[in-house]
This record gives sequence, structure tokens and C-alpha cells, in this order.
Amino acid sequence: MDLFAEAIAWIFSPERQTGSLPLSEAIWTHLAFTFVSVVVAAAIAVPLGWLIGHTGRGREVAVALSGAARAVPSFGLVLLLVLVLGVTHKVGAATTAFVLLAIPPVLAGAYSGVEAVDRRVVDGARSVGMTPTQVLRKVEVPLGLPLLIGGLRSATLQVVATVTLAGYVGSWGLGFYIVQGIQIRDFAQILGAALVIVVLAVVLDALFAVLERLVVPAGVSAGRARDT
Amino acid sequence: MIEFRSVTKTYPDGTHAVADFDLVIPPHKTTVLVGSSGCGKTTLLRMINRMVDPTSGVIEIDGEPIQDRDAVKLRRSIGYVLQNGGLLPHHRVVDNVTTVLRLEGTSRRTARDRALELLDTVGLDRAIAERYPGQLSGGQQQRVGVARALAADPNILLMDEPFGAVDPIVRAELQTETLRLQQELNKTVVFVTHDVDEAFLLGDQVVILEKGAQVAQIGSPSEIIENPADEFVASFIGAERGARALHTKQTGRGTVLVDAGGRTQGVLVDSPGPEAPA
Ligand SMILES: Nc1ncnc2c1ncn2[C@@H]1O[C@H](COP(=O)(O)OP(=O)(O)OP(=O)(O)O)[C@@H](O)[C@H]1O
Ligand SMILES: [Mg+2]
Repeated sequence: MDLFAEAIAWIFSPERQTGSLPLSEAIWTHLAFTFVSVVVAAAIAVPLGWLIGHTGRGREVAVALSGAARAVPSFGLVLLLVLVLGVTHKVGAATTAFVLLAIPPVLAGAYSGVEAVDRRVVDGARSVGMTPTQVLRKVEVPLGLPLLIGGLRSATLQVVATVTLAGYVGSWGLGFYIVQGIQIRDFAQILGAALVIVVLAVVLDALFAVLERLVVPAGVSAGRARDT
Repeated sequence: MIEFRSVTKTYPDGTHAVADFDLVIPPHKTTVLVGSSGCGKTTLLRMINRMVDPTSGVIEIDGEPIQDRDAVKLRRSIGYVLQNGGLLPHHRVVDNVTTVLRLEGTSRRTARDRALELLDTVGLDRAIAERYPGQLSGGQQQRVGVARALAADPNILLMDEPFGAVDPIVRAELQTETLRLQQELNKTVVFVTHDVDEAFLLGDQVVILEKGAQVAQIGSPSEIIENPADEFVASFIGAERGARALHTKQTGRGTVLVDAGGRTQGVLVDSPGPEAPA
């Protein structure tokens, strides 16, 4: 309990606002890595996932690749990419690793969202004369949005935890305090930084939970409310 | 006029849904395709708006092969009522009804006015325009489906067991409305059902189908009831027993008609009443 109190004290210590890495800056860097990685992953995986869901093709490949990607240890991936891209491109290497980590859940959210749309609704949309693009845009995407947000949610949670590894390759983010804390055996600092990461994760998760509700299309939630 | 010539449909899994099918569907009349489950009715219907493309053979609308026409434009020009309604759950009733008009670039305002008129036409209260399909009863959803199909004022209306999912009372109501609508609107209607009574009630021309969409008999309801082509048709329409085999019985008040079950179905009169067709 002592250590816990010390960790809290570490977080709120006035020293956190100064020094080589102020806490606020670490938090922002941490969030920036998370945000950029998830956005880049979404830019790649969302269109791809929609295409897979819409055409029903390439699903097996996507599932296999996602499974394989999940098995890759993130730390190894970060280090490997730093080696491959060179130490001068550490930011790029780390971000690439986080993007790769975020792609599978986003991809799964995008295609499962589209796939989960009632086939009869899609059939109805086609039969009144919607083009395939209109079916995707006006029917499959809006109805599949809650599952896509769910995918972004789990991607964000994974990345916000894994961005900690950025502290190993550079003095970035909350991970830096942990790496430094291990070196100088400052357990209050390690725990303090870890707690901040946990709070970030909880807050992001809550935000996504709200968002997930908000994107349920009006008619769908209305219908559901009537059923219950 | 819609014409099927030697149309065959074999699905990719090898199912022969339709084999060498010929049919002429006259304009401004209701043609009913009736047959038991899996005999290929839906497949036939969906070939008319190119939701299904035939494996071989030709389908023409007014002499023009539909294969040469753009599938999306063709579908927008044909009304289609799906068995389950097939409405968009996330669009309000009014937006469901105006889907085709909006796709075709009609202004929101004009489309909306048209939608409200159509709700009147299909016997729905205008107040439900702002509701979502999930907030309607099955019967109301079916009516919205009909309104949607009528929105672009198509010449052809395809209806696939539109009243299959509603209770018998609502069903009878919807059938009556369909008859009234057809008198008002004069469309070429192709109607699919597995219910013989519904077929005889609604059809000007009734096509009785066997497995693989083999035509067992084509004719007006009277022609078929009076003269079933074979054993299959006779038993399918229940000619020997049930409600369609009636015999006379003398009572104190005159002659009545009684079915095989002994239930009195009507009174025998000398000449057709003023309501009966000439
Ligand atoms: N997409 C498809 N792929 C493979 N087989 C199909 C497909 N659609 C229909 N079939 C098969 O083709 C045959 C005819 O089907 P269809 O849906 O036209 O029958 P139906 O007369 O409409 O039946 P129901 O009254 O049950 O709706 C059936 O054997 C069915 O299993
Ligand atoms: Mg069918």
C-alpha cells in the first residue's frame, strides 16, 4: 500500500511538471502515437474490410493474416522494425509496429460489421435499384458502424498499452518512465507511470463505449427498444 | 408484355431451379405464379428484374431482351415487393418509400409529397411516415413495401408472397386492397404465392407450377377450376375435396351449396347477381 501511495505521490509531484520529460508531454506523446497509429491502421483496414464484407471475398485470407499478426510479439516487432528501418527512423519504425498491431481488430470490425447486416435488407436495397457502391454507402456501412467502432475500440486499447514499448527505443511516452524506473530501480515511478497508462486506457474505453452507442442507427435502436 | 422463352436457371451449386420455361405475361393484368415450396417461383420472378440472370434463354419486356438493359436501371423501373418487406431498418418510412425517387434525383420535397400520397393509396395513416420500419406491425410493413414498389410509378409490379407473413385477417384485408389497387392503377402484376385461394382470388391468369418450374396449367381461375389439366392440378387445387367440391342440398328456404365436409358454403340462385362478372 505504501508503494501505491508513493506512486500516486510520484504522479502528482510538482517535479512531474518539469524535468527532461514532463508528465503532460509524455501523456500527449503517448496519445499521439496511439492516435496516429490507429488512424493510419483505419485508413488501410477500413476500406479493405468493407470491400471484404461487401464482396464476401478474401475473408479467409484476412482471418489467417489477422491470426498470424496476433501471434507476433509486439516487442520483437518494434525491435525488428527499428533494426530494419534503421535507428534514424525510430519513430517511423515504432509507429509501423503499432499500425500493424492495430490493423487486425480494425479489419475484423469493418468486415464483420458489413457481414452482419441482414442479407434480406441488402437484397431489398439491390432490388430497388441501388448500385453496389450505393448499397455499401447507404446500407452496409451505416448498419455495420457499431461493430466497426468496436474494432477501433479494441485496436486503440491494444495500442495504448503497447505504445509503452516506445519508451525502449526513444525517450517517448509514458513507457520512458517505466524503462528509466527499471534502470534506477524506482518502483514508485514504474507503478505511477503504469497507473497513468491504465487511466488513459479506461478513459479511451469509456469514450468508445459512448461512441458505439451513438452510432447505432436510429431505426435499429428504435426497433430494438420496441422488442424488449 | 413480359415474355419468357426457353428460360433455364441452374444455380452454381447445380440446383436446376427452372428448366426450359416459356410464358407470356399479358400487360395490365395480374398473372399469379402458384406452386409448392421450392418449385422455382421466386427464381422466375427475380429473373424479371435481373436479380437473377438466366443460365440460358431469353426474357423480353415489350419485345426488348432485358439482358441488353442495365440491371440497375431496369430494377428502378420495376416495382418489387419482397416477401419480408426488405425495408431499410435505419430509414424512416417516408425515406423507404422515396428510395427509388431519390436515387433517380427527384427533389426531397417532391418525393416526400409523393410518399405521403402513396401512404394514402396503400391505406396507411400519414402519421407513420416518420416512424422506422421496426416500429410497425408486419401488415403495415408490407403496405410500406407496396408503397415503395409503386413510388416511381412502374408499369410492372413484382410481388413475392407479399402476404405470407401476416395473420389470415390482415391477409384477407391486404388481398382486397390489392384487388382495389389493381383496378385503380392497371399495372402489369406478377404475383407469386403458394396459396391456391390467393391465386384464384387475385389472378386474371394463373400459372400452376410443378418442380423445376414445369408449367402444369395456365388459364383463368374459372378455366382451371372447371377443367383441371390433369391429376396433379386437380389435387393441387383441391378440386375433388375441400372447399372447391360443392354439391347441392335442398332446404326449406331453397337450394344451398355444401362442401365435402358438410359445411354450407352458399346459396344457389338462378342468375348471376349484379356484382358477378358477366
Ligand atoms: N441462390 C441459390 N443458390 C442455390 N440454389 C438456390 C438458390 N436460390 C434458390 N435455389 C434453389 O432453387 C429452387 C427454387 O427456388 P425458389 O426460391 O425459386 O423456389 P420458390 O418456388 O420461390 O419456393 P418458396 O415457395 O419456398 O419461396 C430450390 O430448390 C432452391 O433451393
Ligand atoms: Mg420463394
